[in-house]
Amino acid sequence: MAISKKSRGLKHSEMTLKEVGEIVSARAIACQHLLDKVNIETAGAADLMSDVLAYSGPGALLLTGLANAQSLHTADMAEIKAIIYVRGKQPNEETIRLAETRGIPLLCTPLGMFECCGRLYQAGIMDDGNVAGRNP
Amino acid sequence: MTAMLPAETRSQVNTPLLTKAYEIEGGNFIKAGTASTRIKDLLKEIGIPTEVIRRAAICIYEAEMNVVMYARRGVMTLEIHPAEVVVRVEDEGPGIPDIGLAMQEGYSTATEAMRESGFGAGMGLPNIKKNSNTFGIHSEVGRGTSLRIGITLT
Repeated sequence: MAISKKSRGLKHSEMTLKEVGEIVSARAIACQHLLDKVNIETAGAADLMSDVLAYSGPGALLLTGLANAQSLHTADMAEIKAIIYVRGKQPNEETIRLAETRGIPLLCTPLGMFECCGRLYQAGIMDDGNVAGRNP
Repeated sequence: MTAMLPAETRSQVNTPLLTKAYEIEGGNFIKAGTASTRIKDLLKEIGIPTEVIRRAAICIYEAEMNVVMYARRGVMTLEIHPAEVVVRVEDEGPGIPDIGLAMQEGYSTATEAMRESGFGAGMGLPNIKKNSNTFGIHSEVGRGTSLRIGITLT
């Protein structure tokens, strides 16, 4: 059974993408100008884009190790607000350009997926599945 | 509703308000997603509700990826009706021998290269069905597959 926000004693937080980036030691590689403007409340982590399309909630942050154009298209289609690439992965120039065009901020961190999720969870970012009511 | 309309307008009921077709190139992972992006932008431009756009976008992107991964080529046709968005996807490809099996979550015939793109885990067709209001599929082995995806505008 998933542990609710209340029972784990954490306050549900909303923070700017800039703050999120600082928590996971990430640097922006696209749409840097949006870091202060985009607010993040929920996140999901997956390398399988079909899972993102099937289970993510709109407005979430995506953490992924899949740094190809499909990760960006998936974010665009599923109304994902921003992507953080983990484990030092970085998309190619064309994908970065496309992200600028579509207004989707991209960030990169050398940290692994588990560490990023743990830090953001502790900071009060919620699982997008909880918000969408999919988790038990 | 249809029965209340005069005879001369009844034949126009199924005529879409707008129709637009988009080509999809099989095997081209670089262009993959282009048709879906264009359709999403068009839906936004004509003022379709955000929630409908998101569900439509998820369906068409999964469908586009299926064409890119499995078929030689395909055409995705968008139809805007007064109460529904319809997307028809027709491809020239190997077809699906067992549709029942293909509709099961997790069943996949994808290659390693397809899986590296973040797709091919047997989620595509079930995901399209889940996000649409009406879903139809027809496939002929050796010829291709056609889908009809309907999303209600409410």
